[in-house]
Amino acid sequence: MSDLIPKISLKGLNKSFGDKVVLDSVDLDVMTGESMVIIGGSGSGKSVTLKCILGLLEPDGGSIKIDGKEMIGISDTERKEILSKFGMLFQGGALFDSLPVWENVAFGLLAQRLHNRADAKEIAIEKLRRVGLSPDVAILNPAELSGGMQKRVGLARAIAANPEIIFFDEPTTGLDPIMSDVINELIVECVKDVGATAVTITHDMSSVRKIADNVAMIYHSNIIWTGPKDKIDQSGSDYIDQFINGKAEGPIKMEILKG
Amino acid sequence: MNFLAVIGRVVISFLRAAGRIGLFAVNAFTHMVRPPYYPRELLKQMLHIGYYSLPVVGLTTLFTGAALAVNIFEGSSRFNAESTLPTIVVIGIVRELGPTLCGLIVAGRVSASMAAELGTMRVTEQIDALHTLSTDPFKYLIAPRILATIIMMPLMLVIVADTIGVLGGYLIATSKLGFNSGNYMKSTIDFLEAIDVMASLTKACVFGFFISLMGCYHGFNTRGGAQGVGISTTNAVVSACIMILLSNYVVTEMFFSS
Repeated sequence: MSDLIPKISLKGLNKSFGDKVVLDSVDLDVMTGESMVIIGGSGSGKSVTLKCILGLLEPDGGSIKIDGKEMIGISDTERKEILSKFGMLFQGGALFDSLPVWENVAFGLLAQRLHNRADAKEIAIEKLRRVGLSPDVAILNPAELSGGMQKRVGLARAIAANPEIIFFDEPTTGLDPIMSDVINELIVECVKDVGATAVTITHDMSSVRKIADNVAMIYHSNIIWTGPKDKIDQSGSDYIDQFINGKAEGPIKMEILKG
Repeated sequence: MNFLAVIGRVVISFLRAAGRIGLFAVNAFTHMVRPPYYPRELLKQMLHIGYYSLPVVGLTTLFTGAALAVNIFEGSSRFNAESTLPTIVVIGIVRELGPTLCGLIVAGRVSASMAAELGTMRVTEQIDALHTLSTDPFKYLIAPRILATIIMMPLMLVIVADTIGVLGGYLIATSKLGFNSGNYMKSTIDFLEAIDVMASLTKACVFGFFISLMGCYHGFNTRGGAQGVGISTTNAVVSACIMILLSNYVVTEMFFSS
């Protein structure tokens, strides 16, 4: 029965900033164990959708359910409990530069009082190894790492507490194509390892083809297409064709020029 | 009509900002008393705010005490009242210059540092990351900083500032102005009252609160990128200095108004 309840369910989600409508009645279901990738142009509302789910932004209306439980209007304690199911890899890494790498990775474990510091450090080193980083990286500061290494540390932090849901915010932005592919591979492996449900937002079509089970395209504040990754090339939508092929000509550009 | 509208807008904007800062302060205090607590963060902040501010606070008050002694000696000699020098130096330093100078220096150092650090954390999504790691930023970032400043200002910085400021006056008075060391110390101790020290420590607590509140408030609410961090840092230092000078007058009135 629980398999029929979406892990994440958005219904009629609205969010505006002043006069600018960013999300207009967005509906989206992500099933348990599914890897959903949300694509769309800059400013289309992808990041706002994730931030609404995480409670970093307050939606203007609609419903957000995690495992069938409504997230909007719940107490801080309930939200904290639900957030303990989440891991997130931020676009810029968002590593705490006042802490060494291992404490960044183990932060959630220590914050939730799940382990003592010695055990948490061991788990952190194991997670670093899982993302291809040697144990001697553990004592470095984030500022001493390259962009690719910072992404790996961010990924290790996202999977450290074996979360049920992992969000990836533009995981390959700013990386060279080879490192992008390495990160994509790691994401697929790590998500499979911990058996998590994954939601990724990206512009990068190579990430989409590698990571996704299903794809949703967001355009003009709404989701205009959802479907399996292997159907995206035959979506029949000019918007999606233009986006996935990266063409200058097409309806999306026309809209931009009109604007 | 336009002029009135401008005044109205300024007043509303001021009241709105004051309300936001007030709510921020209440929020910070409620998180201070509710678990979980972060003692490691508190100790780290106490070290950063207290211990590492000592050299600059000490140097400033040493030279201010020395300059005060020279000024008072020159001024009091006009009416043959040079013997009042130790009394005026100790009261001037303990009641006013020690806490106020210490507050302004710590505002420049600590308030700016808090605003820049928290502002950078905001624009690089580190504060959002705390949320996703089940950590309340108010408990982890704000409460330890405000508590550490309120503790370290009176217990370490202002006591040291007062002591070194008086020492600065003593050194100049005994080495250059011809005062006897024993007499100078006796006058200093005899004329210093408990209320002077109480006022000094109260000011230290109040200044510490405003220094950290302004640093945390502006840093936490930073918007934009590097420019936003710069604006927050400037606003934090300016507003902390204004609040120090304003509250200095209020506390002085409370203690010494006849």
